[in-house]
Amino acid sequence: MSFYFAQFLTGLASASSLFLVASGMSIIFGVTRIVNFAHGSFYMLGAFIAYSFVTEFPQGPMGFWGGILLTAFVVGLIGVVMEILVLRRIYQSPELFQLVATFGVVLLIKDVALWVWGPEDRLGPRAPGFDGAIDIFGSLVPEYDLVMIVLGFVVLGGLWLLFNRTRWGALVRAATEDREMLGALGVNQALLFTSVVFLGSVLAGLGGALQIPRASVSHNMDMAIIATVFVVVVVGGMGSIVGAFLASVIISELSAFGILIFPRITLVLMFLVMVIVLVLRPWGILGKPENQTVGETVEDETLSIIPGARMRLAMLGVFLLLLVTPYLVQEFYLVLLTEVFVFALFATSLHFIMGNGGMVSFGHAAYFGLGAYGGAVLLLYGGTGMGLALLLAPLLACAGAALFGWFCVRLSGVYMAMLSLAFAQIVWSVVFQMTELTGGENGLVGIWPSEWASDRSAFYYLTLVICTAGVVTLWRMLYSPFGYTLRAGRDSPLRIESIGIDYRAHKWLAFIISGAFAGVAGAIYGFSKGIVTPTTVDIPRSIDVLMMVLIGGVQTLVGPLAGAFAFVVLEDRLLALEFWRAIFGLIIIGICLGMPKGIVGSLRVLFQRGRAAGTPP
Amino acid sequence: MTRTTLARTKTWLGIAAMAATMVGFGTVGQAAEPIKIGEINSYTALADFTQPYKKGWQMAVEEINAAGGVIGRPLEVIARDDGGKPGNAVKIAEELTTKENVDLLAGTFFSHIGVAVTNYSKQRKKLFIATEPMSDDITWKQGHRYTFRLRPSTYLQSAMLAEEAAKLPAKRWAIVAPNYKFGQDAVAAFKKVMKAKRPDVEFVEEQWPALFKIDPGATVQALLRAKPDGIYSALFSRDLTAFVREAELRGLLKPDLTVVGLLTGEPEYLDPMGEEAPKNWIVTGYPWYAIEDPKHKKFIEDYQAKYNETPRMGSLVGYVFIQAIAAMIEKAGSTDQDAMISAMEGLTFDSVVGPITFRGLDHQSTMGTWVGRTAVKDGKPIMVDWHYAKGEDYFPTDEEIKALRGSN
Repeated sequence: MSFYFAQFLTGLASASSLFLVASGMSIIFGVTRIVNFAHGSFYMLGAFIAYSFVTEFPQGPMGFWGGILLTAFVVGLIGVVMEILVLRRIYQSPELFQLVATFGVVLLIKDVALWVWGPEDRLGPRAPGFDGAIDIFGSLVPEYDLVMIVLGFVVLGGLWLLFNRTRWGALVRAATEDREMLGALGVNQALLFTSVVFLGSVLAGLGGALQIPRASVSHNMDMAIIATVFVVVVVGGMGSIVGAFLASVIISELSAFGILIFPRITLVLMFLVMVIVLVLRPWGILGKPENQTVGETVEDETLSIIPGARMRLAMLGVFLLLLVTPYLVQEFYLVLLTEVFVFALFATSLHFIMGNGGMVSFGHAAYFGLGAYGGAVLLLYGGTGMGLALLLAPLLACAGAALFGWFCVRLSGVYMAMLSLAFAQIVWSVVFQMTELTGGENGLVGIWPSEWASDRSAFYYLTLVICTAGVVTLWRMLYSPFGYTLRAGRDSPLRIESIGIDYRAHKWLAFIISGAFAGVAGAIYGFSKGIVTPTTVDIPRSIDVLMMVLIGGVQTLVGPLAGAFAFVVLEDRLLALEFWRAIFGLIIIGICLGMPKGIVGSLRVLFQRGRAAGTPP
Repeated sequence: MTRTTLARTKTWLGIAAMAATMVGFGTVGQAAEPIKIGEINSYTALADFTQPYKKGWQMAVEEINAAGGVIGRPLEVIARDDGGKPGNAVKIAEELTTKENVDLLAGTFFSHIGVAVTNYSKQRKKLFIATEPMSDDITWKQGHRYTFRLRPSTYLQSAMLAEEAAKLPAKRWAIVAPNYKFGQDAVAAFKKVMKAKRPDVEFVEEQWPALFKIDPGATVQALLRAKPDGIYSALFSRDLTAFVREAELRGLLKPDLTVVGLLTGEPEYLDPMGEEAPKNWIVTGYPWYAIEDPKHKKFIEDYQAKYNETPRMGSLVGYVFIQAIAAMIEKAGSTDQDAMISAMEGLTFDSVVGPITFRGLDHQSTMGTWVGRTAVKDGKPIMVDWHYAKGEDYFPTDEEIKALRGSN
């Protein structure tokens, strides 16, 4: 009995530290509608900065707790800098553009931390006065765990008072409900948003700083926590503080007791909870239905315009140029272009549901990965050879998309995005931890093309043909009645339901088609690398493809292709530099600020303005 | 400036910046016929191990080139960061092979990236020397003619620890290892050797925290409940420090408990723990501060003089890696692929840690590691009672390895 009580307290202490970080993220999302990827980086910065303060300041409780509080304040200020310099300028951009910008911040902070604190893990001191353990019913429980539990409740209470008993809190709640109305009433939104980001970042910094006595500070803290924080925020209901608290407790207790029964599947367990909650309560435990769904206001209608004769001619020209490229360039550039083609198809498949259908998938790598693993399994265990493997592999992706999509299309906006992320993480956890079947971390190897396609230029042509066919097929569907129906539903779900169209069925079908084509891309990718590892399914892969679509221009037809090209080539060139992540991050932020409609979208605007200026009055 | 022109200027600036980045980075000019080594590693994704490693090989390259190079040609290492993605590593391998025309490929840290490049080297028939990845697969299950590996594998290091552990009275063992390929391999190897030496041993509890996401309190509680006499840990980095702190507080690390920790003694993982480092664990590691062998000592002193920091395990691996390549090319007399491979098979060379052989059977080097106990002296964690365990003493039988390698 005492054991279970100690385990319960342990879970509660983990819940508290998780809650601190998650509540900050939830508050920021509630008001600004920004999914802040940099939140995990603020958490990591909090730990590093606190380590410096605590070790530099005089030893003792004053130095320790003073250092922690000062850290929280400093991280809050860093959040303010990010809000003013980056986020404030792109609130009007398509939703999720901010997400890409915050991912640029993630990359930047990674290199700054490496530069400032060096590569090694740092272990800070234990908390003065709370460095022992107390005997509770025969089990030793660390004093610091009890401090964390108390702190969790204090922060929860403090936030509740702040939001329910102050004018500022009332304004924040009003902004969460309807920020346009609040602006119309004359409230200074800029100041409100800045203060909210400050508070959220303070909480992230505090959460990180309080980790000092528990474990060493390391450079992988940011990505290690961000997925868990997403789960907590979504399960609790985005924007709900109490919800975030409940979700933290559920997830942490489940982990504390889950490892006793299923020590090997702790990762899957967390995402399973998320799936169950979102299926039963689409807006989380205490969340409210969103009143602004993603894509409801699409000002840019370029996607509705069928490419004209000139555009088609230009596309044909590019295709012909690509056909002769092998005679013009060094072999390596064929390898690079092969990768561009694969990601162009992958990005187009995501664009098919995102630009056209207003459905955001944060976990599109799931279908890419299922295609890759499908191809690998067919080749290795089925002995089918490359041709048949490429042909059949998308079926697995298709099946996955049908299963996961059925749940996903029931939701909209960021909840749908998060549910798709959860499914992708389940796929990832399974391939990562089920070593016997999937080779685990090392993956499945020997996935090379058949003899006739093993030459670099032969494989280049094969990829070019398959990907072009895939992209053209997806484009054809965009301008079929099916595509028009999807766009109509994206712009007004209510009207489309009222004229008797089964919108959900259309969304589901679109999701399956998109998944299948992502699977085709994944299968070719496997053959181009000779190996399929869990990284084909992981979160960075999903973010990469999301960035390609957004950077290219989500409301343009060729945006995903341009995005894939820019992304692959940039990443390849930058990797040769020492601080490439910082440079890459800055470029991403620069594109977000300078080209709010993405590369193609902004070029288009530039073109049209140029033409308009050139015409005589 | 009007709003429109401002927006246009911004867009053009954005395009210009991107175009500049894409075309701006050419390749370095060619020196007089250097021997080119294409080196791929996770320099940003795992900086704590790979940066000292880089310093190690840089030092060796400078020393060899200052002495006139190998077969009259200087060594040139073209090092590239893979960003922690195996897909990138394969692409870089392609670039190094087709564009930079390197004579051989080398490097990698993460197992999955090592396996990816191993797999590439087989397909393109390009010599690859895996320096740091420990996965057994690289020289066994996925092993083939074109890949060699320097660092002792997961199996070898686990077997070294199991040998020590088997000498102790502990009977009821518990396991704590990160739940991915490395942890699973490490546990399987430890169990296999342990069962062979001590059939009476039983494994009573297994905890498999997700990599870098350990729930330390809960994990320690679960181990406490099983009341083991011994614990085998394959944790490292942040997972290890979190585990040690909780285990101390919750009374798991009693004096009569035997703990065996894979890699725990490597300075990369031991140093950050400072005076809180666990005491009396049996570990593999690198006690550079106590090494007396003159040749090795000179390396350590030179390294400290050059970089003004203490060497890590990575520094040593990086240095020995270049020594191995120099010895191979000296023996081969050219950089022809077949000549280099024949030279490498069975190559014995005199490294700073003593003679090392690249076995012809499985292309694994016999480089060993140090096995000892952890202690804390003057507030600094160290290894005591250590000895250098030679790799050659811990291999499974040739038949087993042949079965694993199959017809690769």
